[in-house]
Amino acid sequence: MRAPDETTIKAGQTLLSVEGVSLSFGGVKAIRNVSFDIRKGEIRAIIGPNGAGKTSMLNVINGFYHPQEGQITFKGIKRKKMRPHDAATGGIARTFQNVALFKSMTTLDNIMAGRTLRMHKSFFWQLLRYGPAEQEEIEHRRKVEEIIDFLEIQHIRRVPVGRLPYGLQKRVELGRALAMEPELLLLDEPMAGMNLEEKEDMCRYVIDVNNHYGTTIALIEHDMGVVMDLANRVVVLDYGQKIADGTPDEVKANKAVIDAYLGVAH
Amino acid sequence: MFYREAGQFKTTYRADMATFPITQDRIGIAIILMVAFTVIPYFGSNFFLHAIMIPFLIFALAAIGLNILTGYTGLLSLGTGGFMGVGAYACYKLATIFPEVHILIWVVTSGFVSAAVGIVFGLPSLRIKGFYLAVATLASQFFLSWCFIRIPWLVNYNVSNAIEVPRRTLFGVHVTGPEATPHARYFVVLAIVVAMTWLASNLVRGRIGRMWMAVRDMDIAAELMGIKLLNTKLLAFAVSSFYCGVAGAMLVFLYYGSAEATAFSINQSFAILSMVIIGGLGSLLGSFLGAALIFMLPLLLPPFLGSLGLSIQAATAEHLSFMVIGALIVFFLIVEPHGLARLWQIAKQKLRVWPYPY
Repeated sequence: MRAPDETTIKAGQTLLSVEGVSLSFGGVKAIRNVSFDIRKGEIRAIIGPNGAGKTSMLNVINGFYHPQEGQITFKGIKRKKMRPHDAATGGIARTFQNVALFKSMTTLDNIMAGRTLRMHKSFFWQLLRYGPAEQEEIEHRRKVEEIIDFLEIQHIRRVPVGRLPYGLQKRVELGRALAMEPELLLLDEPMAGMNLEEKEDMCRYVIDVNNHYGTTIALIEHDMGVVMDLANRVVVLDYGQKIADGTPDEVKANKAVIDAYLGVAH
Repeated sequence: MFYREAGQFKTTYRADMATFPITQDRIGIAIILMVAFTVIPYFGSNFFLHAIMIPFLIFALAAIGLNILTGYTGLLSLGTGGFMGVGAYACYKLATIFPEVHILIWVVTSGFVSAAVGIVFGLPSLRIKGFYLAVATLASQFFLSWCFIRIPWLVNYNVSNAIEVPRRTLFGVHVTGPEATPHARYFVVLAIVVAMTWLASNLVRGRIGRMWMAVRDMDIAAELMGIKLLNTKLLAFAVSSFYCGVAGAMLVFLYYGSAEATAFSINQSFAILSMVIIGGLGSLLGSFLGAALIFMLPLLLPPFLGSLGLSIQAATAEHLSFMVIGALIVFFLIVEPHGLARLWQIAKQKLRVWPYPY
């Protein structure tokens, strides 16, 4: 489905790199001169204490915020600033810290909405519905049902997502992002507010998505156990600055990281 | 007991995504359509067709138009009356400039004029939301009302400053003008409303409907999924105005017979808006139920009071019906804020499990 020149990035090569990005809101510097990269096929974690600029970083990557300095290279294309629509067409999908589902729509419709960009039948076919538009709808429904099976949410297909418990909403949101068949999936605290069992389930889905679909994942998470188990590489932010970058073991041993998390006597 | 889908298994996605997936619903809609096309015109009196059914259907169509914008896309509009007026005046101008083209073509075409105007007034919707957008559409309502009154070209410089509907025929039968029988007009209105309702139901269930609802529920997430907000909102404005425009053209050509600018005043906008709210935001069925309640209640209340033995003057009856409607609106908003359509859904759910409680 994708143009051939876009698939040339192989596993292990840099899919996205952030170079010297600074973002400020008025006098508040949310991100200061941060650079890191995400390689294709890996699970990359972004961690840091509250207010370190993690979510801002994701917002910069998918074009919701425009950094004052620095640039982003995604699939070899340099951009001063990304636009949300470009990010989506380029293959970046994300979930939100505080679930951003379409609350009054059913699970099925939410995930189907994730396929909007891949549906092309024009307005007039949509008006008639019978024929090409219905054919297209059925094709995409098949894909969506695969995702529903994958995430084990068959039983809530027809339920408006606003009525679902939090853990399931998070799962539906992951499903909606997966429906975009993204190359890069940004997960903003996918396990926040979950109990142990739900967390384990979610971890399993994240790993499965990574293995099964080969999707590159960048995730923000506070649960260190989860991060250290899931991530291939971890970048640590504190007060908007990058203080460490490396494998979980390297990061765990890093003095600056320990200081940032535990505090340091002055 | 009778309304139960047990045993109706779907084996294809096509069957699962049908307009009416449940057999009983399909039978129900078939009966309703049959009654509408045969029983009502056969048994209905001229008064019933002309004064109740025709305007009910037309207002239901306008309510569908507003529902697409407000209910499905979440953009509150107070300009419905204006957009209906654009349809009516456009239809009048086109029908008098090109009298040889069939009137029904112009009734539908006038919707496109209305859609274009709707797009223009929809442009601010990218930046402003909620009440502020309502105020912006209110401005469009006043601007359009002003145009209808102040631009005599729109009514071909008639001294009465009103649209005077020309006589036109369909298959040799008068459908507009004074000679048109209520039956002829009823069939035309019914055919257009049924067809446009069907098209709207196709639209809202497909990709475009999901885009609209996505924008309504969480516009940030919609944007990050590649839905272009401006295009989606403008499309909603266009389709909504199209429906309102056709409803407006039908209102004048197939119901009033002649109309002044006051027919498309702010009062009309509020009436349609209350139909949509009472009927149910984001429901096509709700548009019909809301239109039925708001439009028919003032007609049915005086005879009802009369049958109770209360002889009251016409003016008093009218005031009384306003009060009753007001009270009903408040009652419905408290009891069921999602409108009559939701009540119907709840009733269906109850029927499904009857006689057991769950």
